[in-house]
Amino acid sequence: MAENVLKLENVTMQFGGVVAVNNLSLEVNKGEIVALIGPNGAGKTTAFNCVTGIYDPTNGKISFNGKTIVENHPRGKMKKLYAGENAKLYVNSRTVDPTPDMVTKLGIARTFQNIRLWKSMTVFDNVLTAKHMRAKQNVLTATLRLAYKEEKRMREETAALLEEQNLLQYANDLAVSLPYGLQRRLEIARALATDPKLLLLDEPAAGMNPQETQELGEFIVQIKNKYDLTVFMIEHHMDLVMQFSDRIYVIDFGRLISNGTPAVVQADPKVINAYLGVAE
Amino acid sequence: MKQKSKAELWIAFAAIALIYVAVTVLEQTVDSNHIIFTVLKKGAIYSLVAVSMNLLNGFTGLFSLGQAGFMLIGAYTYSIFTMPTEVKLTESVYKYYEAAIKFDTGIFVGLICAGLAAALFAALIGLPVLRLKSDYLAIATIGFAEIIRAIFQWDVLGPVTNGANVMRNYLDLTDVKIPFTDIAFPPTLYVFLASGVCIGLIVLLINSSYGRAFKAIRDDEVAAEAMGINLFKHKEMSFIISSFFAGVSGALLAMYQYTVQAAQFKSAMTYEILLIVVIGGIGSVSGSLIASFLYIAASEWWLRGLDMGKFLGIEAPNLFRSGFRRFVFSIIIMMIVLFFSKGLMGDKEISFAGLVRRFNKRAKTAKGGGIDG
Repeated sequence: MAENVLKLENVTMQFGGVVAVNNLSLEVNKGEIVALIGPNGAGKTTAFNCVTGIYDPTNGKISFNGKTIVENHPRGKMKKLYAGENAKLYVNSRTVDPTPDMVTKLGIARTFQNIRLWKSMTVFDNVLTAKHMRAKQNVLTATLRLAYKEEKRMREETAALLEEQNLLQYANDLAVSLPYGLQRRLEIARALATDPKLLLLDEPAAGMNPQETQELGEFIVQIKNKYDLTVFMIEHHMDLVMQFSDRIYVIDFGRLISNGTPAVVQADPKVINAYLGVAE
Repeated sequence: MKQKSKAELWIAFAAIALIYVAVTVLEQTVDSNHIIFTVLKKGAIYSLVAVSMNLLNGFTGLFSLGQAGFMLIGAYTYSIFTMPTEVKLTESVYKYYEAAIKFDTGIFVGLICAGLAAALFAALIGLPVLRLKSDYLAIATIGFAEIIRAIFQWDVLGPVTNGANVMRNYLDLTDVKIPFTDIAFPPTLYVFLASGVCIGLIVLLINSSYGRAFKAIRDDEVAAEAMGINLFKHKEMSFIISSFFAGVSGALLAMYQYTVQAAQFKSAMTYEILLIVVIGGIGSVSGSLIASFLYIAASEWWLRGLDMGKFLGIEAPNLFRSGFRRFVFSIIIMMIVLFFSKGLMGDKEISFAGLVRRFNKRAKTAKGGGIDG
């Protein structure tokens, strides 16, 4: 049994009266590529945002490498409003509510569904800036250039990373001037610059043609092996999901409806119903 | 960004050195009462505060309008610290109060303390205020600046701030001496040196890892946070550093003016600085520098005649009278905003290589061969 890297237990995210994610529990094991799929509006990105600290889930617990990184129970107004399950489960435990940068520091990096590169910066600076988090210099040594050795090392590492992703030729171009597919790849490169152990990809193949999607799949496997990563991704391209992921979780209306290997999920009538609707 | 080539860096250094030589020569040859020295001194001081505001508004994306407040803190801290103790004990300045602070420091220490005092206030204000975004942050910081102005005029603080009365007889530009001698330091050069060092530090910061983190926050907060940049820490840092230099520039302004009064640091002063930043280009240090000298030159010198009855040789005392300058000035500003909506420099910096490229392009077009661009 492989050790799990990421574990969600009973995670519920409620916005006002809408329960976007309901009692979601899942595990991602070390070295796996796990996909999270579901129809539009199923709560996939919300689940990601709970993991990365952008949202504070209403209820539930998330752990990373055995350490609790997020934990909460319905509080304040949510005590009355709460419509999810297992309201009492974590009432007596301490709430853990990290900001996104703390989560990233632990080793979880992510990309975004709608590309969020830094617009005014070059390709090189986009990756270099992501290395800022791990830099040891403080504002004084940085300003007075006393940390020039570290700066030099960061620049060399950035160049090496870009070289490897075949992006070095664009190093001095503005990030937003790249073609769409390369922007996606740059976003992954930027995430890799934070030295992650777990990579969360939010629809990495959105807007790509079958050929590009295939290449992306191979690319993900390649970086996974090279950097000893675990990959957890949201994806709509079924060919990518079925071909490259080890296991799949399917959610619909915030609930987990199926999970297992691609073959199992593909044959699950509940999944087919969720995507195609139930036959009358 | 590509690291600037060595040659370009040396050219930049040479250009800066040239400016300093020019200022020195000018100061030795031209009569010291000439208006150009007013423009140069005030321009250099406003450059510093404009660049510090640009660090916050242009590079970190925090729309703050508290600059005048921090300048006030700097100016007062400086004047209180450097006013000789003998002066404080007599009635020449503290007429209605008994001075509470009974020590004095040198100019350099005074300048640093001015910056530190402003930075300290910024740190405290930043804690609640930096959780706000865009317009709300602007409103909160304006409010802060107004409150500071009121507090410094408050009767109860009179023993420290001299109430609403004028502060004077502290160490000003004429008291600057060349180290280890008794010879007066050329005042314009001194202002240029002090502002230059501060602006240099800000530029170094902007081009460091922290500067890149600031820009990342400006471009996309969500992505910055997801890439491990602690939003609050970096915003607070930018706010404190920006305020530090605003404080120093306030102190320089106090040195230049010989007297300081809290009533002077109205929000109109912040708008003046904001105007300079916008005219120069939000996110461009060289733009702020050019704009502040242009602004000060226009308002103090070139357009003066519009208030005095004579402009460009035309005498029209009925039209060119007090207030007309502001009218013309406003029109110019509107034109700039309409036709240079990104400011003079946009978010670019002056670079020698860029100038050469532009020049080559012009030359090619002039020859009729400008197809390849």
